[in-house]
Amino acid sequence: MNVDTLVMMANQIARNLAARGEEVAVAAVAEHIRDFWDPRMIKALHEAARDSLEPIARAALTRLGDSG
Amino acid sequence: MGYEPQADFGTPEVLSEITVTLTIDGRPISVPAGTSVMRAAAESGGSIPKLCASDNLAAFGSCRLCLVEVDGMRGTPASCTTPVAEGMVVHTQTPRLQRLRKGVMELYISDHPLDCLTCSANNDCELQDTAAQVGLRDVRYGYEGASHLGLGVDSSNPYFDFDPSKCIACSRCVRACDEVQGTLALTMDGRGFASTISAGQSADNFLSSECVSCGACVQACPTATLQEKAVKEIGKPERAVITTCAYCGVGCTFRAEMRGEQLVRMVPWKDGKANRGHSCVKGRFAWGYAHHKDRITSPMIRESIDQPWREVSWDEALSHTATRLNAIKAQHGARALGGITSSRCTNEETFLVQKLVRAGFGSNNVDTCARVCHSPTGYGLKQTFGTSAGTQDFDSVMDADVILLIGANPTDAHPVFASRMKRRLRQGAKLIVIDPRRIDLVRSPHVEAAHHLPLQPGTNVAVLTAMAHVIVTEKLADEAFIRERCDWDEYQDWAAFVADERHSPEALEAVTRVPAADLRAAARLYATGGNGAIYYGLGVTEHSQGSSTVMAIANLAMATGNIGRRGVGVNPLRGQNNVQGACDMGSFPHELSGYRHISDGATRALFEADWGVALDPDPGLRIPNMLDAAVDGSFRALYVQGEDILQSDPNTHHVAAGLKAMDLVIVHDLFLNETANYAHVFLPGSTFLEKDGTFTNAERRIQLVRKVMEPANGMSDWQVTQALANAMGLGWSYSHPREIMDEVARLTPSFAGVSFARLEEAGSLQWPVNAAHPDGSPIMHEDGFVRGKGHFVVTDYIPTDERTGPRYPLLLTTGRILSQYNVGAQTRRTENSIWHDEDVLEIHPTDAENRGLNTGDWVRLASRTGETTLRALVTDRVAPGVVYTTFHHPSTQANVVTTDYSDWATNCPEYKVTAVQVAPSNGPSDWQRDYDAQARQSRRIAGHAEAAE
Ligand code: SF4
Ligand code: SF4
Ligand code: SF4
Ligand code: FES
Repeated sequence: MNVDTLVMMANQIARNLAARGEEVAVAAVAEHIRDFWDPRMIKALHEAARDSLEPIARAALTRLGDSG
Repeated sequence: MGYEPQADFGTPEVLSEITVTLTIDGRPISVPAGTSVMRAAAESGGSIPKLCASDNLAAFGSCRLCLVEVDGMRGTPASCTTPVAEGMVVHTQTPRLQRLRKGVMELYISDHPLDCLTCSANNDCELQDTAAQVGLRDVRYGYEGASHLGLGVDSSNPYFDFDPSKCIACSRCVRACDEVQGTLALTMDGRGFASTISAGQSADNFLSSECVSCGACVQACPTATLQEKAVKEIGKPERAVITTCAYCGVGCTFRAEMRGEQLVRMVPWKDGKANRGHSCVKGRFAWGYAHHKDRITSPMIRESIDQPWREVSWDEALSHTATRLNAIKAQHGARALGGITSSRCTNEETFLVQKLVRAGFGSNNVDTCARVCHSPTGYGLKQTFGTSAGTQDFDSVMDADVILLIGANPTDAHPVFASRMKRRLRQGAKLIVIDPRRIDLVRSPHVEAAHHLPLQPGTNVAVLTAMAHVIVTEKLADEAFIRERCDWDEYQDWAAFVADERHSPEALEAVTRVPAADLRAAARLYATGGNGAIYYGLGVTEHSQGSSTVMAIANLAMATGNIGRRGVGVNPLRGQNNVQGACDMGSFPHELSGYRHISDGATRALFEADWGVALDPDPGLRIPNMLDAAVDGSFRALYVQGEDILQSDPNTHHVAAGLKAMDLVIVHDLFLNETANYAHVFLPGSTFLEKDGTFTNAERRIQLVRKVMEPANGMSDWQVTQALANAMGLGWSYSHPREIMDEVARLTPSFAGVSFARLEEAGSLQWPVNAAHPDGSPIMHEDGFVRGKGHFVVTDYIPTDERTGPRYPLLLTTGRILSQYNVGAQTRRTENSIWHDEDVLEIHPTDAENRGLNTGDWVRLASRTGETTLRALVTDRVAPGVVYTTFHHPSTQANVVTTDYSDWATNCPEYKVTAVQVAPSNGPSDWQRDYDAQARQSRRIAGHAEAAE
């Protein structure tokens, strides 16, 4: 998968949900990605350079990792 | 059904709770108060002669043929203009009336050419019928008087002729154009028998006039003056079959009027609840593509895309395809396979394609073209209201007091609904238009928007948040409604968010470029002007904030209590005929039919039990992800039914690279479309005239599509998918689409009460159709939101990453035109191209002058993604800094310049905002030349001298 695209997508989701407050936003981003992304996309995002993810997206990804 | 003209009750139906009883020709009859005597007589089975009346037009009272006698009333009143009264005693047939009517009729006939035997309307002519009805046998006046006999025929319209020599000056056409269509293209000049009808100014003909070729006047004309050319060529129809238009999401129903196996004409069906007897040029006339020479009717295969196509038998094509699919699955796993369903195909066909992907391929890699149009609608309305669909029926607009139109251009894209809307606006409803471009509705005959907010493309969320700011801070919100129907705490969070000063119209003006005072006035009007109804289109969804905008719209409706009754609501104007249906049928990679998430074990178990296979519990790939995964090597085979993703999806280079990387691309379509340039298998498709099934329109209305002729390719599309499934060993045995709908109903709670039998009986049904709503649901959320409490969602305005700059200083936005449909595969293959034979670039005079451009000049349109060339049209419809084009023609390839940016929640592409530069050019770009050569190469068919288009 094109990792740049996935990072861009994750950051975009995070930015659009950020107004809900960090805690809610992290959970919402994780839920959104779980609901709408094919597993290979999530896997590729896990393997991507986390530095390019914005904090909310990064936290959401960690949470996704935790819950499988 | 044999051929019977549609019944005409003479004057429109009146909806009144009060009933009046009268006696007509000795028989008592009860009708709603306000009904005309003419209609009452017709409803009781009688028929009063008439010429100037028709039941879709207000009574006019000019021909004087419909005279009746009423006890206690002097004279002989015209029955079309006389309302019924309690106890009235009417006589429709007396010697005196007969004498009077004969006299009138004689005058008409003296001015009419008596060439009935050779007239194309012979035996289907109201004038002829009425002459017989009144018993006219001879004409005393001779035929020399002032007449229209010498006037020439206007054949300029490609679909109908105007032969003024046959005109009886009843003005039905003029009134149809005014009242039904709302274009006001026709005028009646002169008086009495000297009067003539003309389209536009005296120098105009139908083609050069304002006429939009909707056909309403042709349908209204009682003579052969205005008549379809096809009737002249083929002859009078012999039978009629009711079916549904396959173009836009309005979902007009038509009588396909046939002679043998030949379609003579499509006439809008008066009982159709979506269109109420009206149509537009596409559905009415543009069906000739079904027999176009480019249509491919035999299956074809090839090993690689640089080879010519090889025509093969169905058996060979299907077994070859199945073998390839099975091999790729064995080697790369189920998730390497996927499919795309079509919003132009029926619900049943769409359901089968997603079933083939999920149950046959074994993945959830199924998507549909709604991805690129209304996927944000599905997401946004589900989040806020709980249902991925619009809330109203079309009739509801007739109860709206304020219409808020956002990012939609209904006169071009949803013309029949636009006519309804215009009718309501002429009655006095107020209109607010939020659109970067001055669409026709901003100002057209007898319609003027109260407010036009010409926002900077990409700032919808900011504008709507500013409107919410006004509503909340000026205390215009409907608190009682919110407390009762929505989550109050969420409302308060949202209200606090929008009330923040940074969301005021003044603070956002720099971003939106909408004058704050106008925005405030518009917000006040929507909140306080009575029933407020929101209609929106792709100008809302096709942005990186598409889903946020849909939710912002829903927030506004909830905050003002404009939801859950007639005249209000949130209404997406759906693009394609069956885009609602394709979404309903489970075409998205994360959802089964009825919008149930694939991860939901109980829902999956239901399908697994019915289908006898285990389903993948994880969401699959969306179209853009499929293309990425193809380049990456993890996605290898794609079955595309009835879509042309190469032309319709953004960033053509990206689509082409994805398709090229796949091992197997199967295109199932009518024509060798642009996507087929990259295909290895071509399965010929069938038209809507050649299949049974259902379409679901933008009102959630499920309507039957009926087969009127045999498929030219030998199979309806659902049969092709079934044959492919069976070649893969799935053992399907549907014998008719009704069995597929039964399966949908069995597996989908919102369709539980739907069956072909119920649809036959009811004419149409709006889902949900279930135990609670056995007759369907015209208005949603009447007693509460489907999700429980209405959910206010904070929608922050996050600007797109696509920015203008010195190299790309202009913003390109895209749209549609009336006569062409989407990628144009069908309409370009009809006479409709007479109105629009190329895409042009609209540019503001100031921007044009800065670049030395004039209308008609070739220009180079370049973005960060690519470039193309087309001709310029200099117009102030677009604001300075904004340019606009359509994408109906493959030679323009407007999507070469659109970007990969997309909606944050759904990946719906951002077609509406691309930073571009425009410069003079000498002609086609290198890409256009290369593309053309590649396309020509790719369309070769072995043994055929010439490639199809
Ligand atoms: S075809 Fe439609 S728009 Fe044209 S003149 Fe007739 S009614 Fe008017
Ligand atoms: S063209 Fe037809 S509808 Fe129009 S005035 Fe003449 S006869 Fe009547
Ligand atoms: S294209 Fe749309 S408006 Fe036109 S006839 Fe078909 S359904 Fe109706
Ligand atoms: S039909 Fe009533 S006056 Fe013409």
